[in-house]
Amino acid sequence: MNEIKEKMKVELSDDMKVIDDLTSSEYKWGFITDIESETAAKGLNENVIRMISSKKNEPEWMTEWRLKAYRYWLKMEEPKWPNVHYPQIDFQDISYYSAPKQKPKLNSLDEVDPELLKTFEKLGIPLEEQKILSGVAVDAVFDSVSVATTFKETLKEKGIIFCSISEAIQEHPELVKKYLGSVVPYTDNFYAALNSAVFSDGSFIYIPKGVRCPMELSTYFRINSQETGQFERTLIIADDDSYVSYLEGCTAPIRDNNQLHAAVVELIALENAEIKYSTVQNWYPGDKEGKGGIYNFVTKRGACRGNNSKISWTQVETGSAITWKYPSCILQGDNSVGEFYSVAVTNNYQQADTGTKMIHIGKNTRSTIISKGISAGRSNNSYRGLVRIGKNAVGARNFTQCDSMLMGDKCGAHTFPYIEVENDTAKVEHEATTSKVGEDQIFYLNQRGISTEDAVNMIVNGFCKEVFNELPMEFAVEAQKLLAISLEGSVG
Amino acid sequence: MNIKGFYIDKFIDFEKKLNGESITNFHSFRKDAIAKFKEIDFPTTKNEEWRFTDVSPITKQNFIPANLISKIKIDKSKVEKIIFTGFDFHLLVFVNGIFEPSLSEIKDLPKNVFVGSLKKFQAEKEDLFYKHFNKIVSNDTAFNFLNSSFSVDGFAVYVPKNIVLEKPIQVLFINGSEDENILISPRNLFVVEENSQMKLIVNYNGLNNQKYFSNIITEIFIGENAIVDYYQIQNENDNSYHIEKIQAIQKDKSLFNQFNITFGGEIVRNDINSKLDGEYIETHFYGLYMINGKQHVDNHTFVDHAKPNCMSNELYKGILDENSHGVFNGKIIVRQDAQKTNAYQQNKTILLYKGATIDTKPQLEIFADDVKCSHGATVGHLDEVSEFYIRSRGVPKELAKSMLIRAFANDVIETMKITELKEQINHMIFQHLHQIEI
Repeated sequence: MNEIKEKMKVELSDDMKVIDDLTSSEYKWGFITDIESETAAKGLNENVIRMISSKKNEPEWMTEWRLKAYRYWLKMEEPKWPNVHYPQIDFQDISYYSAPKQKPKLNSLDEVDPELLKTFEKLGIPLEEQKILSGVAVDAVFDSVSVATTFKETLKEKGIIFCSISEAIQEHPELVKKYLGSVVPYTDNFYAALNSAVFSDGSFIYIPKGVRCPMELSTYFRINSQETGQFERTLIIADDDSYVSYLEGCTAPIRDNNQLHAAVVELIALENAEIKYSTVQNWYPGDKEGKGGIYNFVTKRGACRGNNSKISWTQVETGSAITWKYPSCILQGDNSVGEFYSVAVTNNYQQADTGTKMIHIGKNTRSTIISKGISAGRSNNSYRGLVRIGKNAVGARNFTQCDSMLMGDKCGAHTFPYIEVENDTAKVEHEATTSKVGEDQIFYLNQRGISTEDAVNMIVNGFCKEVFNELPMEFAVEAQKLLAISLEGSVG
Repeated sequence: MNIKGFYIDKFIDFEKKLNGESITNFHSFRKDAIAKFKEIDFPTTKNEEWRFTDVSPITKQNFIPANLISKIKIDKSKVEKIIFTGFDFHLLVFVNGIFEPSLSEIKDLPKNVFVGSLKKFQAEKEDLFYKHFNKIVSNDTAFNFLNSSFSVDGFAVYVPKNIVLEKPIQVLFINGSEDENILISPRNLFVVEENSQMKLIVNYNGLNNQKYFSNIITEIFIGENAIVDYYQIQNENDNSYHIEKIQAIQKDKSLFNQFNITFGGEIVRNDINSKLDGEYIETHFYGLYMINGKQHVDNHTFVDHAKPNCMSNELYKGILDENSHGVFNGKIIVRQDAQKTNAYQQNKTILLYKGATIDTKPQLEIFADDVKCSHGATVGHLDEVSEFYIRSRGVPKELAKSMLIRAFANDVIETMKITELKEQINHMIFQHLHQIEI
């Protein structure tokens, strides 16, 4: 017992040191005193890209890659096909580089915006995490930091590389060179090209052969969550026979000054590997009048390169003024599996155009798509999906279900599924329904003393259950509550 | 010379042939159309609505407008061979889009009912004609404008208030010429007023195996409480191109059943649209396409729910053999006012051979909340277990397959209301499956 206490003390003091280091380093780099100098002037040209690259100390090949992407981007046109409307974006009116912003340090939770605290409470976020998320100075007793360090050690032992992509470019250039842009080439689409040219940072994960990542990388990520900036780039590689589960984002509302977010996520699963990627997105959706809010234009794609590999996407999208994303799976390996589970909620003036693409190339590939869209207020929610069965995808199988729920008579729900089958042995099923929350269901619950608002929450949660079941446990609970908050005031 | 230039030149030839007719209102309509045609290009696969259908084979060849070639003589015996029989009907025969009175047979029409050619309808009931003509459809592609530019004739039906037309009207189109590739541009219109009912069977047939291009527009007005059954059987020859647009407008409590059975054509594109402009309307779209070889069939349907309390139901089934390519795009829009809408849609496809391809896109756009809408799409091959079951009862393989396919098609055929027609179409399916004449 005593021994443990002793050990804890040592760890505690270590933590103190870490925090001390952190705080002093901020001063060292002059982040607070001179923020301006860390933000690039508005506009985009080759010099800006060179500047970003040199700031990040990147090798020559990386700079060249960015420039290539930029030159290609210049020739491209902004996509107009999504079912969303927004004013023209002036890409020269955006600053493409700024060092991680420092939030003002607060001394206690009392200083935090009470609105924000209320939301935390509803989400049931632990007090200590609340402090981190809202930028309150963390006292040394908070043991998450030590948890984090233990995590780091465990990962290291297993040979798992988990770091920022900038770090990976320095430390593991061979992996980055081999895989970066191999799933989403910079020529892919307008925003992917822009991201390739100017990406700020993001995560890099490499799981070596035969390793099963012992923890949800989500847990780690949440504690260490940092502002990654508007052009995030994530690369996850699962080598033969490995497994990893990763969670991106956070249920807590995140306010950000950047209106345009264009992230790229690439997943690569080799032989027998499995990647589970979960997203909870709750960026600022704009106010009730539809002013402000984030434009979230994301390219996410996973490649099942090896036989028997599996990629599973789960997403809960409640935030952003405009969401435009299609997490996709390229099922190259024989017997590979792709899954997509999604809940997209739009309220007020939000617009979402989201869905997936399942490209079946290998034999006996299977995919499942479950998409639940809920629209309320004056929002528009679209499902857009593609299932393509290639000529050689013998025995391919797909099941798609996309359901929409409408709340209020001013919102819209749309489905645009594309099914393209070139192989006669394939089996593809697609079904979609649209309905509203049943009056009889609400009545039934009212009858049992449940308020209309709670009744609607219950019904909506039941509607989304198939997707929530796929989320890591702790997030599933929070996601349910998040849904309730997103739909607040949309009924009755 | 590019293809548009070719048609613009041909229009000048066509105008010269018209003589006195070139000063009529109708001709100014054609002149407007050719002017629009000059401005607009043929759709390409870059256009979302034409994504899966490459029309370049059509736009690479010159088709001489049928109005410029000499009339083809058709034997009555030929007509008797291809019409549907076994029940009473009025018969209208069109050869290359022009009415052929000698082959047609219309008798005992109730008072004020008009069944005949569009040209005659225009002459006899000009007010009615201009009240509806080109008011229902909106021309939006170069094909539509091309049709309007060269349109001379087509079938016209007018059923005034409170009349039930017992006998179905059978319209037979015989298309093609002996040695030239021709363009056929029928323009059809039918108007069914309040509380009236009619049944229509439209049958497209090829004269021989010479290539031709049918480019058709059909406008339909369905008044309050009216009931219209529209059976369309497309049996063009396998070298021909068939592009058709059907636009219906429905008023309160009307019922519209549309059957679209496709066997022929090398490239086929059907646009079947209905605007539900009233309450308590019912619309049923049924489709069956059975194709092989290099055939390409693209069915686009669009149900526009504009008002509350309406119901639409759609069932399209495809049987694709050899290297054929099927496309289905079913669009349903439920507008904000259209509360209490029920809209259902299904597209099922069977691929019989490894070269067959299907692209299907069921599309729902919903702006009202109190609705029940669903769509489903399936693609698959014949069920081995069922096949095994049938064969284990001593049925040969080919026949077992044919039984399963006919059972699959039966969902659509069964809904037809004219028994004799049903039987004859079943027979056609059988012929198609076994490639033999019985």
